[in-house]
Amino acid sequence: MKNILVVEDSESTRSMMKAVIEDLGEDYLVFEAGTGFEALKLLPAEAFSLIITDINMPDINGIELISFVKSTPQYRGIPVIIVSTEGSEEDRRRGLALGAEAYITKPFKPEDLQEKIRVVLSP
Amino acid sequence: MSSSKKEFISEAEELLGEAERYLIELQEASGAEVDPDTVNALFRSIHTLKGISGLFGLEGLKDLSHALEEILDSLRLGEMEITDETLGFLLKNIDILKGLLKEADEGKSSDVSAYLEDIKEFRKGTAGRGGDKQLGGLIDEAILGVLSSYEEQRLKANLRRNRGIFTVSAVFSLEDFDKKLSALTEKIKREGELISTLPTSEDVPQDSIGFKILFASDKDADALKADLGMNTVRLAGKETGRRDSQAAAPSLKSISTTVRVDIEKLDRILNTIGDIALTKGALKRIEQELAETYGHSDLVFDIHRATQSLEKRLLELQQQVLEVRMVPIGQIFSRLAQIVRRYSREIGKPVELKVFGEETELDKFIAEEIVDPLMHIVRNAIDHGIESPEERKAEGKPEKGTVTVRAFQRGNSVVVEIEDDGRGVDTEKIKRKAVEKGMISEGTDLDDTELIGLIFRAGFSTKEKVTEVSGRGVGMDVVKERISSIGGYVDVKTERGAYTRFSLTIPITLAVIKSLLVKVGAHTYAMPLSSIVETLAVDGDALQSIEGKSVYNLRGELLPVMPVADFFEAGSDGGVEGGYIVVSGYGERRVGLVVDELIGGQEIVVKSLGAYFDGLKGFAGVAEIGRHNVILVIDVEGLTDEILLRHKGLLHV
Repeated sequence: MKNILVVEDSESTRSMMKAVIEDLGEDYLVFEAGTGFEALKLLPAEAFSLIITDINMPDINGIELISFVKSTPQYRGIPVIIVSTEGSEEDRRRGLALGAEAYITKPFKPEDLQEKIRVVLSP
Repeated sequence: MSSSKKEFISEAEELLGEAERYLIELQEASGAEVDPDTVNALFRSIHTLKGISGLFGLEGLKDLSHALEEILDSLRLGEMEITDETLGFLLKNIDILKGLLKEADEGKSSDVSAYLEDIKEFRKGTAGRGGDKQLGGLIDEAILGVLSSYEEQRLKANLRRNRGIFTVSAVFSLEDFDKKLSALTEKIKREGELISTLPTSEDVPQDSIGFKILFASDKDADALKADLGMNTVRLAGKETGRRDSQAAAPSLKSISTTVRVDIEKLDRILNTIGDIALTKGALKRIEQELAETYGHSDLVFDIHRATQSLEKRLLELQQQVLEVRMVPIGQIFSRLAQIVRRYSREIGKPVELKVFGEETELDKFIAEEIVDPLMHIVRNAIDHGIESPEERKAEGKPEKGTVTVRAFQRGNSVVVEIEDDGRGVDTEKIKRKAVEKGMISEGTDLDDTELIGLIFRAGFSTKEKVTEVSGRGVGMDVVKERISSIGGYVDVKTERGAYTRFSLTIPITLAVIKSLLVKVGAHTYAMPLSSIVETLAVDGDALQSIEGKSVYNLRGELLPVMPVADFFEAGSDGGVEGGYIVVSGYGERRVGLVVDELIGGQEIVVKSLGAYFDGLKGFAGVAEIGRHNVILVIDVEGLTDEILLRHKGLLHV
């Protein structure tokens, strides 16, 4: 079982992503965080195999979250996929520079997200 | 329309409403300094709208919000000035977006190229500004790397205004960092502009999280230290007054605003308060005696005032200590989530846990006491309540079962409900099993509520049926005992094929309940006043005996009664000589407990009997009355059940 943390402030996007990931099969369990704070609370509570995060969010943003994950020894190994939008290329670059593994640009096709997840999680 | 599309429409509506509110806020603030947070929030709503419109394939909405987002981006980055004209133009476009959304809801879509052309024209009319100050060398690269481009722009804008850039570090407990951090950032916002909040795990103890907050201010480090009560480190910008030695220090000292306290220390404070309360009682007696001996002199009145004030302060102190002990119930709920996931996987029943009311607060001790009962009930729900996916499918239910845990405050209690959408309780099965076990006799007439009540009786859970999941050899009887030991009670509601709901009603704090002290034989006991309806003085003649059971005629209704002594002394004949009847319970659960003497009211702190006395029936706990004087607290709920069962002709287990 792989726990995946989806950090995204838009509820409809979040549940859409959840559905897309669950389509991948029984092996994936999606945890949802609507804010960066919620993500910070969930991180120590669960063992995550992957984090998918938006950039623009209230409280702390995706860049700050990635910086936290990648500078904390016990979370450093968790791969991160950035969900960026047209116009946020600069932030995407910063996220990747901080150690995020991959990105996907909104709007995306469900298959694209699934493919990204498979690639990032493949040993 | 698909449910996700509906979700989209409602979220988009919300976002547009938000954007409109921010625009109006900006219009009203016209002339005053613009709050960058509002502009950024406005940008974010349209940015999110663009994102979700794209996901749902609504091209018109996406293109138009994208064009607007570009304007808003220029506004928040300070490349474009915020004027009434701009705000008016944006408001007009929000209306257009609303129109498009309505069309999308009706399944239509229209061409937006004319609107896009308008926006292009508008942009041409307003000249960009630009011209950024270079940050290289001014600010540490390591910090620049963790800022988003917006945050970097805000940093530059503040430098342009000759403000100083500072950082402040804080460490908070993981449990409540959001509240604490919000309080701190509110303070910082009064000093200037908050730029970035960076979480960190460096030099942070376990169960805690650190934050490095980057902000801009016109004040110097000394003034900030005075205002915030924390050390700040200047990174760049204006330097006023003398050089701040803190600024030169290379390390950022973490300042925690929380202190961890052993709950036992708080217990000791409560005990001391209890002692002071006794002293206060002595003072009151002295006051009374003085008044009786010397009349109501000035001196007596002074003492009266002093004891009154002491009483009030004491109560406040008690209240404050109790507040310190309060924790959000969400702490235990997160543990439940893990249990549910693990068990549902282990036994192959997909189950979703829904949790509500995590913020409900209750005493730390009580919270810990209810963990095991809660776990047990949840495991039970997954094991016995929720049907297998095949069964559920056949019943027309979703294959995935749901366990809902809800907490809310009701008066001085917290109610925790655990509800599953499973098969409900089969009362016939319970009856068969109870007869098998010799708990009730074949012909006993019990209604559904009473039958369900049997699952809380000792010996109902059978060893053979104990599975890994709900087992560990603990039965529902232990659940009930644990809950009543902290002064709470358990309720069950169920409907065949639909749901089972356990409600735990527990006191918010264990400390200080009002109680009635009574005497039975040579011993003094306490009874919680909350479970007492009234008390009556009776002599033996007033009691009637029906089929060997004592009853009392209470205003025309037969009240089942039993001497408390009978309960504690096996082999008693059930006869009653008289004394006092303490009436408890309502409606059909109304019974009378006979005691020898009523001593009077007393505030007590009920403590658990501890593991050594597990299984000791009839007592809810112990209470200290003054130093070294410990009395037992009678479990009135438990005794009520017992009386009802005996009167119903159930066998005594």
